[in-house]
Amino acid sequence: MTKVNQKGPEVTLSPPVDAGNGLKTQEMVVNMGPQHPSTHGVLRMELTLNGEIVTKAVPHIGYLHRCFEKHCEAMNDYNKVVPYVDRMDYVAAMNNEVGYAIAMERLMDIKVNDRVEYIRVIMSELQRIASHLLALGTFGLDIGAFTPFLYCFIEREKVLDIFEKASGARLLYNYIWIGGLMNDVPADFKTDTAAFVKSFRPKIKELNDLLSHNKIFIDRTANVGVLPGKVAINYGVSGPSLRGSGVEWDLRKDDPYSIYDRFEFDVIVGKGEMGTLGDCWDRYIVRVWEMEESLKIIEQALDQMPDEGDVQEAIPKKIRPPAGEIYCRTETPRGELGYYIITDKSTTPFRVKARAPSFVNLSVLPAISVGAMVADMVAIIGSIDIVLGEVDR
Amino acid sequence: MGLLDKKYQDSNIIIVSLEKALNWARKSSIWYMQFGLACCAIEMMATAASRYDFDRFGIIPRSSPRQADVMIVAGTVTLKMATRIKRLYEQMSEPRYVISMGSCSNCGGPYWEHGYHVLKGVDRVVPVDVYVPGCPPRPEALLQGFLHLRDKIMKENLVDGIGIKEPVVIHDKGGDDIQVKSVDETDEHKTAQIEFPQQDVARKKEGA
Repeated sequence: MTKVNQKGPEVTLSPPVDAGNGLKTQEMVVNMGPQHPSTHGVLRMELTLNGEIVTKAVPHIGYLHRCFEKHCEAMNDYNKVVPYVDRMDYVAAMNNEVGYAIAMERLMDIKVNDRVEYIRVIMSELQRIASHLLALGTFGLDIGAFTPFLYCFIEREKVLDIFEKASGARLLYNYIWIGGLMNDVPADFKTDTAAFVKSFRPKIKELNDLLSHNKIFIDRTANVGVLPGKVAINYGVSGPSLRGSGVEWDLRKDDPYSIYDRFEFDVIVGKGEMGTLGDCWDRYIVRVWEMEESLKIIEQALDQMPDEGDVQEAIPKKIRPPAGEIYCRTETPRGELGYYIITDKSTTPFRVKARAPSFVNLSVLPAISVGAMVADMVAIIGSIDIVLGEVDR
Repeated sequence: MGLLDKKYQDSNIIIVSLEKALNWARKSSIWYMQFGLACCAIEMMATAASRYDFDRFGIIPRSSPRQADVMIVAGTVTLKMATRIKRLYEQMSEPRYVISMGSCSNCGGPYWEHGYHVLKGVDRVVPVDVYVPGCPPRPEALLQGFLHLRDKIMKENLVDGIGIKEPVVIHDKGGDDIQVKSVDETDEHKTAQIEFPQQDVARKKEGA
């Protein structure tokens, strides 16, 4: 077990003791999952408990291994990979598609027009809002707050309506193709999105009043699962979980892809307002304020978006990239999603490897859960916001 | 509730057969096991949340299989998960029902051809009552699946025993074209045996 210097409350772990009369206390191994309402899917945690304190936590994965790489190598067209990319991080399918499309376009040296770029940015940011809403709602649900979940889903449905009008699907879109989009957005896309932005902004305050500054919620999350910035960097954690630890790292700013250098927005970092820097509450609040920043980006993009432009003009008839390889990373709601694609001269990918943020973020879980109470495990898992489809791929 | 109150205010007598009353009671509070596997679980949550609102049908989530009436298999069933699903199904108390939600658990879905770790349909390990197609099915489709399950529960009788295994196939269009086909009646809980990888079996023997 990696020793981690936690700044959180000091927990002394007493070793199993011998009472002297032949009776001994002993550590107990408890399986949490794979069927557990709070593991966000089919994660199994093997917890070693000393009383109610976790002394060791080992995540077991592989319950949702759906053979992503095998499917990529078996498809006879690069665009046929897109649906499988969707199903990797199914809560943020648009972001996954954008990452894959950008990687292939860089490899094939395709330049897409501005309208496509703007639509992609708007879709990504809307998806980020939808994904964060789900994360926040279920996080509240894990802690025991049921109402915020319902409020979050009201807003999430509005985003899904916009997606459904554009792509025809609610969850897995297959909308962003290599070199363009499946089809153009509907005529009322701009008004719909603007209306959503206008209506959603006050709801963030509502969510804050309802959940973020709730006394019980703060007690359950502040000073729990403290992840110091250095540890986070060492483990390769990215996304809101990293920024919650006070590390200012956002690929949209630090390695701008697409047209993100044209927008003004802030990178939200945790400040340790309610307790120690990098605790569950910080990771939570980063997601809340990131939705606000996404709204800013969407507003600017809606203003700048050109009305003219064929969204399918750069789509190649047959995708036959030159032999080569590329690693391309984008910022999804969970962190750095990288695609490593090796191509030969055929129409089938030689290999598509995804660097999934959830998988890497999950690896830090054993380090930050040592010394936590067993009930806090739920809060820690929820605050890291993993999607098991992406962990196992 | 006003209508109901007035209907019963003069202490009327209701005459109904016992099995109808029982079926009516059971269909009106179908508790499902909160058990998400993959993408479909998000749509299942959406169905339970504000807009589609399972609660109005008396359908509420339970975290424990012991308290649940119906298991919604929402998502891809992998070989590693299949043994756990079978165990969860066996932990549920009878009468128990299974809704297979989404293409993956119906037949393997998009992972049908190359998914070396994907079970090609959850009906290979547990008997399925209602199949809901879609990838993922819309919340309306899942609700439709539940309505069909309610119909199915109403048709049950005490003589034949509750829990008749008649798989119902719902198509996305609606309930007009329901295909009902009966399975092998000699074996009520007929489940196909699947071969699990040797490693898994070996690990089970070790008790880990």
